[in-house]
Parts: sequence; structure tokens; C-alpha cells
Amino acid sequence: MRTLRVTIILAALFIGWEALVRLLGVPAHMLPPPSAVLAELLDQPQWYLMHTMSTLLTTLIGFGLALLVGVLAAIGIISSKWVENTLYTLLVSLNSIPKIALAPLFIIWLGTGLESKVAVSFLIAVFAIVIDAVLGLRSADPDALDLLRTLRGSRFQILFKVRFPNALPHIFSGMKVAVSLALVGAIAGEFVASQEGLGYVIVNAQSMFQTVRVFASIVLLGVTGTILFYLVDLAERLICPWHVSHRVEEARALSAQHG
Amino acid sequence: MSSQSGVPPGGAAVLIDAVEKTYASRRGNVTALCPIDLAIEPGEFVSVLGPSGCGKSTLLRCLAGLEHISAGSIQLGDQPIDGPPEGLGVVFQRDVLFDWRNVLDNVLLPVEVRRLPRADWEARARSLLDLLGLAAFADRHPWELSGGMRQRVSICRALLLEPTLLLMDEPFGALDAMTRDELNLELQRIWLANAKTIFFVTHSIPEAVFLGDRVVVMSPAPGRIAEIIPIALPRPRDLDVRETAEFGAIVRHIRQVFKDMGVMASARERITVGA
Repeated sequence: MRTLRVTIILAALFIGWEALVRLLGVPAHMLPPPSAVLAELLDQPQWYLMHTMSTLLTTLIGFGLALLVGVLAAIGIISSKWVENTLYTLLVSLNSIPKIALAPLFIIWLGTGLESKVAVSFLIAVFAIVIDAVLGLRSADPDALDLLRTLRGSRFQILFKVRFPNALPHIFSGMKVAVSLALVGAIAGEFVASQEGLGYVIVNAQSMFQTVRVFASIVLLGVTGTILFYLVDLAERLICPWHVSHRVEEARALSAQHG
Repeated sequence: MSSQSGVPPGGAAVLIDAVEKTYASRRGNVTALCPIDLAIEPGEFVSVLGPSGCGKSTLLRCLAGLEHISAGSIQLGDQPIDGPPEGLGVVFQRDVLFDWRNVLDNVLLPVEVRRLPRADWEARARSLLDLLGLAAFADRHPWELSGGMRQRVSICRALLLEPTLLLMDEPFGALDAMTRDELNLELQRIWLANAKTIFFVTHSIPEAVFLGDRVVVMSPAPGRIAEIIPIALPRPRDLDVRETAEFGAIVRHIRQVFKDMGVMASARERITVGA
């Protein structure tokens, strides 16, 4: 039902766009009609697929690193006042710098290959993970912590039996933001210096006024970003089905069964 | 007390000796507990009654080893309490069930934390669930259960490792009156079948009298024991006991104790007077 509604809205948007471009006679190098964008994509699907995969790879590595480092950093921050004072303060001040401004630096340090793009992608995404993971790890129920203490649980057990599962829904909401940011970071890296990826295609096409190619890349970026977001959403549903935002539906289904 | 009510021994003695608790704050020290002396017999059911701020929960936390005492000593059996002791079960006011575990896994949490073999304990967990009428819900998740059922699960969890001392911190305070009556009866049944020493904190006079071998009445600011009232009502008690003249007289007496300390006048809502 929801998918149908979204499809109708998108279709209406594209039809309106097509009609406007044709009626007003907008030149293709300013705003190409969707039919031309589609034709461009179908003309060389292999080539676009290759560049999409390149951007996707950068994004996934950057995101994966951000998740790993972000969660570990958050565990450090909540476990030690010293780490909190140093690392957390450093992260907060680092976050106030527009990370895209650092992209040229990474090219100098790491070259124009995968590493520098991954670094930008990671750096943009990691903060969202750290913030939400710290919040989630800290928001454990004090009674639950007391319960573990009365059972003479170790700090390790308190972390993995109470704090971490409690933080999972928070970590997932951080991941939803971070996965989109990782894509932004990958494109930013490709803008600065690259021989492949959709960011490279956009910059290259723009310099030659191939507007239709720019639009084709933007469409692919939109599709990639959407798919990544829903993959995180799906993972959340599979890994933490107990969370309030999901179980409302389940509880309704249950009461419908029994009532 | 336990011999009087025909209960087999199975709990540990608790000796609270001149226990004081002060909290350091910016405006100086705040005394939460004045010297408290209380000897609890093995297998005794002690109700602790008092208004908010009388230190009854603080005392319970000291018994659980969650708070360090400022002076005096607490002994569980022949062991001094310094940190959470062996053989302890705690039921909190909120059930503290983990949503990511099903009912059976919630009950088995203590086994996991203590790194005991799960296979040895699963049968006991299931029989406890059965005892509390939850056998059909072992695979359900906490959020699928009502408040009363959730608190039953948390009681199963507290009983799993055969504690010799069960601490209950206003466990039925958040439940509706009927569910509360039901759980009072079940708690009595469980205790009669296998006498743990129970330290039961409540702010309901009828609940304290209905369940306890003795009712310890505490007064606030700073927390101290105002009176200890033995309850000689025969066991097992059913809900009708609350209509008897004897029960009524004890409730009236406790209410008078609160009035004398000025609690009833100043904080009418803090004490549940009616049944």
C-alpha cells in the first residue's frame, strides 16, 4: 500500500517534469527531461554500474569502519572518565570542522586511491555513531545495573548483558544517519580527486556540460542511498525486534489474533 | 516466628547492628538512617513500613550490598555484608525485565551471570514459572505480558538460585488493587512452601500486616525504627482476614503510630490507609 503510494507520487513527479521541460522548451544542457536521463542510463548500463559499485564500495568500507570505531570509542567514553575528557572533547571539536574541508588533506596523505575517499567517508559518518552509541550505552536502566550488581556480575557482563543490548536501538538510529553521511563523504572524496565513482562522473560531466550524465548519476546516488537506508532499517528489525517502534505493529497483530 | 507459623527453616538470619547511613552533600552530611538495630530470624517474613523518605529503601539497598553503610554492621548468616552477598534474591518495584530476552531467558539471567550450566537450571526455571501460573508464557517476551505477569516473572528470577534472603522493594506498588491481592496470596503461598527470609518493603499498611510475621514501622527524617509489631494472625492467611477485628485493630494501631509521628497529618497521601 505504501509502496504503491510512493510509486504514484514519483510517477507524477516525473511526468510533470517531462511535460514542463517539453512545454517550455528548456534546453537539455540546463534541465534534461527524465526520458533523456533514462535513455542515458539504458545506453551504457555497464559503465554506470561500474561507477556506482565503486562509490558503493567506498561508502560501505567508510561506514563499516565508522560503525566499528564509533561503537568502540563510545564504549571507551562511557567506561573511563579519562577517555571521555580526551577523546570525546577531541571528537566534538573535530566535528565542528566541516569534514569536507579535510578531503584535500587526505589526498596529500593517502593519495588518490580508495584510502583517501574511505577516510573522508569514515570521518563524516563516525560522529553520528559515537553520539548515539554513547547516549544508548548511558541510558541503561539504573535498576537493571543494580540487578546485575546484586548477581555479582562483572563490568564486562554489565556491558554486554545490559548496556549494549539497551544501546542497540540508539546505535541503529545513528547508523541510519551515518550511512547517508558515508555516501556524502564518498562523493566528496571523489569530487576532489578520483578516476572512478559517481562523484568523478558528476564532476567530469559538469566540466563538459553533459547535464544528462550529471542527472543520471544523481538518480543512481538517490537509489543507492535509499537502498542503504532501508538495509539498515531491515537489519534493525531483524536484530532488535523488541524495540518500541517495531513492536507496536506486532502487539496489534497479537491482540487482533486473540481479541 | 517461623516455628510459630509452622514454617520449615530455609532462610538465613539477618543481624542489623547499629547501622547508620549518611550521604555527603554540598550542604553538609545528610543522615538517611539513624542507628538501626534489627534481628531477623531465619525464615522470617519481615514487612517494613513507612512513608517516602523514611530510609526503608536505603536500608534494603544496604542489605543488598548496593550501598556502603557509614557505621555499624550487617550480618547475613555468619557472613558480614560488604558488597552483594551470596544467596541473595532481589525484587525491585519495577520488574526490570529485559525486553530482548523471552520470559524463560529473563528468569535464567542469574544462571548466565554466575556462569552456571544452563541445562541444570532450566527445569527449575520452568517449574517456578509453572508455580506462578506462567508456564504457557515461557517463550513470550516481556512486552507481551501484563504488569502483574511481568512482576511474577521477576519473582521467578529472584527465586531461581534458591536465595536464603529475598529482598522486595515495594514490589506490588505499581499494580492495581486486585492484582496486588492476588500476588500477596501467591507470595505467602511460595513463602509457606519454602521459607526464605523475606525483607518486604511497602507503604501499604494492610499489605504489611497481611504478609508479615512482624511489621517494622519506620519514621522519616532521619530514618529510624519507630516500632516493631508482631503479627500473630494464623497462617495461611486468606484475604478475609483483613475484615477481622484483630486485623483492624493492628491497622488502627499502626495508623496511630504514624499520626503520633506527624506523618499522617503532614503527608496524608504518602501512606495507604484503606484496604
